[in-house]
Amino acid sequence: MMERGFLAKSVEQLKPSGIRRFFDLASKMENVISLGVGEPDFVTPWNVIEASYHSLEQGYTAYTANAGLLELRQQISKYLNVNYKMDYNPENQVIVTVGASQAIDITLRAILNPGEEVIVVEPCFVSYAPAVTLAGGVPVTVSAEADNEFKIRPEQIQEVITDKTKAIILCSPNNPTGTVLLKEDLEEIAAVIKENNLLLLSDEIYAELSYDDNFVSPASLEGMSERTIVISGFSKAFAMTGWRLGYACGPEDIIAAMTKIHQYTIMCAPTMAQHGALEALQNGEDSVREMKTSYRQRRNFVVKALNDMGLSCHLPGGAFYVFPSIQATGLSSEQFAESLLQEEKVAVVPGNVFGESGEGYIRCSYATSLKQLDESMKRISRFVHKFS
Amino acid sequence: MEQKELELLKLLERNGRLETEKIAQMIELSTEEVVAMIEKLEAEHAIIGYSTLVNWSNVLEYEGVTAMIDVKVTPVRGVGFDKIASRIYRFPEVKAVYLMSGAYDLSISVEGKTMMEISRFVSDKLSTLDTVISTTTHFVLKKYKHDGIIFDDDDDTDKRIMVSP
Ligand SMILES: Cc1ncc(COP(=O)(O)O)c(C=O)c1O
Repeated sequence: MMERGFLAKSVEQLKPSGIRRFFDLASKMENVISLGVGEPDFVTPWNVIEASYHSLEQGYTAYTANAGLLELRQQISKYLNVNYKMDYNPENQVIVTVGASQAIDITLRAILNPGEEVIVVEPCFVSYAPAVTLAGGVPVTVSAEADNEFKIRPEQIQEVITDKTKAIILCSPNNPTGTVLLKEDLEEIAAVIKENNLLLLSDEIYAELSYDDNFVSPASLEGMSERTIVISGFSKAFAMTGWRLGYACGPEDIIAAMTKIHQYTIMCAPTMAQHGALEALQNGEDSVREMKTSYRQRRNFVVKALNDMGLSCHLPGGAFYVFPSIQATGLSSEQFAESLLQEEKVAVVPGNVFGESGEGYIRCSYATSLKQLDESMKRISRFVHKFS
Repeated sequence: MEQKELELLKLLERNGRLETEKIAQMIELSTEEVVAMIEKLEAEHAIIGYSTLVNWSNVLEYEGVTAMIDVKVTPVRGVGFDKIASRIYRFPEVKAVYLMSGAYDLSISVEGKTMMEISRFVSDKLSTLDTVISTTTHFVLKKYKHDGIIFDDDDDTDKRIMVSP
């Protein structure tokens, strides 16, 4: 009998993430200092953990409403309003998801017809393009360039728009570049989006971690809230990656469609995590501020150290990543990251895994203790000097 | 106080041995500016010393006990509690003295080599002071956390996976 392939072509053809390969390499070695971690080095604030314990003790172990606890949605709505001047009705414009990751997935599945295009601005988080593909869409990538501090230029977006373009995904503060789009940048991009009647997926998971300028959401700009899905969550600012809790806010009809998918595939986000998140929004401000200060201080330290050793990088305004150029060494991103790991036992992520325009760069996460950062900078410096 | 001074104080409070150069990079000042800032804060007595937090129970040869003592006193017209507090805090075995609201007036922490030594301090030195009305001594059995630092936090390993998106 002929062998039967059981796998879906769409999945079979999906490239495994370059991150995975590095993970495999690094985890086989000992005494590695990792600057490759895309999550906070803080443990979740104790009051949040305690609130979640308490909810379990009280017997809150059942499902919640599909869209999440109403009380949590109300807090999310208030939080976005107070901090970022957004205006969402908790009854029908907010959905609580299993991380921002699931929010991205169900947004794309809710909006895409087969073959419709989504513009993905690279370098970016590795999941966007695969999520578009899995939702039946076609990812169209555009490259933000280093000479513009990795900010996309509106003309570049305009150039790739076709009659099949449905949406665009933006992320600020950005993973992997740390770049923050300011109000003026967003206004120019918003003009193109409105003119072409596109939907914007705005990944704001690092919103709180904007160090030099107040974070501005494109959803708060004139005429944008009706065409923006805000994707966010608790993973980064509240140090809650393992809790798997995020949310999306947007126009009522799209949130309703997303809730439909969510209802059939997930039912609801974990209840105990939702109770923790409620505490995070109500009483987490001081912890977030403290963590933010600590990231900013470490950012300053790392950026200076990298520039001093000849790996030039701009001062990233947010998130917890720096994205220095390694072109002075003459190595490719992958060669650099691999040799650095072998020779100095420091793990970084090669920039090309985040998109073509990341070639020639590496992503270093500074969400690691100052002591480790200091040691890793010494090791990277020693490594780099072999090439000068 | 200036924002950067606050940042500097918090960094040093957490780690008194943090190098000046590193602090300078972290708070975006030059090393000279940080040195000057520290001197200024020392002159203003905002920084009053640098010490090391020792977990003595992990030092094998070291024998020692700590007691927290609640002290009721009669305040004295004109000087309130300050005079009696200063009589108490000058004893070298007294490590901390606080004026408290509530059931008693002064809370003091005393260190000694043995319980005997501390009892002798209480009966001979402390309770014999003129204005002291009563004392209640509590011996510390175990220190879990001091000045914001958890002792014996043995599981502080990084629980994150090595490389992630
Ligand atoms: C830009 C970006 N978006 C989304 C996510 C996913 O976050 P969550 O843990 O909420 O699924 C990450 C996590 O690394 C990220 O960096």
